Amino acid sequence: MITTVYCSFCGKEEADGDHAFCRQRLSMIDPPRYCGECARRMVVQVTPDGWTARCSRHGETGSAR
Amino acid sequence: MTAAPEQIDVLDEAREQVLERGVGLTEAQVLKVLELPDDRIPELLALAHEVRERWCGPEVEVEGIVSLKTGGCPEDCHFCSQSGQFPSPVRSAWLDIPGLVRAARQTRDTGATEFCIVAAVRGPDKRLLSQVRDGIKAIRADGNDIQIACSLGMLTQEQVDELVAMGVHRYNHNLETARSHFPNVVTTHSWEERWDTLRMIRDAGMEVCCGGIIGMGETLAQRAEFAVQLAELEPDEVPLNFLIPNPGTPYENYPVVEGAEALRTVGAFRLALPRTILRFAGGRELTFGDLGAKQGMLGGINAIIVGNYLTNLGRPAQQDLDMLEELSMPIKALSQTL
Ligand code: SF4
Ligand SMILES: [Zn+2]
Ligand SMILES: [Zn+2]
Repeated sequence: MITTVYCSFCGKEEADGDHAFCRQRLSMIDPPRYCGECARRMVVQVTPDGWTARCSRHGETGSAR
Repeated sequence: MTAAPEQIDVLDEAREQVLERGVGLTEAQVLKVLELPDDRIPELLALAHEVRERWCGPEVEVEGIVSLKTGGCPEDCHFCSQSGQFPSPVRSAWLDIPGLVRAARQTRDTGATEFCIVAAVRGPDKRLLSQVRDGIKAIRADGNDIQIACSLGMLTQEQVDELVAMGVHRYNHNLETARSHFPNVVTTHSWEERWDTLRMIRDAGMEVCCGGIIGMGETLAQRAEFAVQLAELEPDEVPLNFLIPNPGTPYENYPVVEGAEALRTVGAFRLALPRTILRFAGGRELTFGDLGAKQGMLGGINAIIVGNYLTNLGRPAQQDLDMLEELSMPIKALSQTL
């Protein structure tokens, strides 16, 4: 189970401030850019039907699509 | 007696000039269209749609794109999340050949006839070109006959020739915005350098794909200027993007282009470019939502990028394919494009 501490759009703490805009972007047109566990910038590859995002410490996640 | 010039309605003019004769609007006429009040947008879109059907036919060209090399670009295009000059969260990434083959197959499976391989570079180096060459071979070895386009930045004549030899049939290189606005958007290279690459592509017999981004602080007059500069180039395809204000870029706080304004732009560009493939590209999800996409397809657009973009996500391809079916718009088949 991954604990999401950081916003994967802006990289700031989820508990800190309002992330409504971030969530909207993530639901529409953005893959995650920051690791939710450590806020490192991830290496993201977008492909026509999905994306993968890799944190150097926490490994790779991807779209389920 | 003829009416005074200011009383001639630009859409009446366009009906005779563009629809009947296939002659694109002038800069002054495009500006008039861009200044039409909101209540005339339906009329504009209906005319643009008629122009598209008359001069391009009913088919819609479907394309998929993929980023072969993401991020870390040395250029400073102010809209771009892949420039290495801004604190954007986009990190460098290379797609490997199996990944490229998969992306091409995903694209072909949607019924698309175009697959565009894109790299975030000023221009290609030997490594990138050899990756493209190996990639195209591998896509063909996979039994995929989709037409391949590339977008690899500015080219030398030698590189143009290499791409032709690889079987690349179309090259994308956007002028991005009006010549008069370009220096505000990019400082590391010039509009003229981009134009030179486009001429070489054309002269080598590749199809020219050249468009830009709306909503980068250009005035309406500059939007009209841009439409006419594109028309002068006579590109085979014009991809129309709407700015996605991406974090870390100089344009991160720019407003999203409002739907009505975007539709007026679509209609105006079609009336400036009656015979060109006019493609809905990035930003349409943010600008239009689902409803506007349909209005655009009925307002002069005759091509779309399906699925995801380079660093941003699009709607699932199926959603767009369903939309085309609902609109009874046939998808251009591979045989028609050869
Ligand atoms: S050249 Fe292309 S990838 Fe590089 S900053 Fe400009 S738009 Fe972005
Ligand atoms: Zn956030
Ligand atoms: Zn992490």
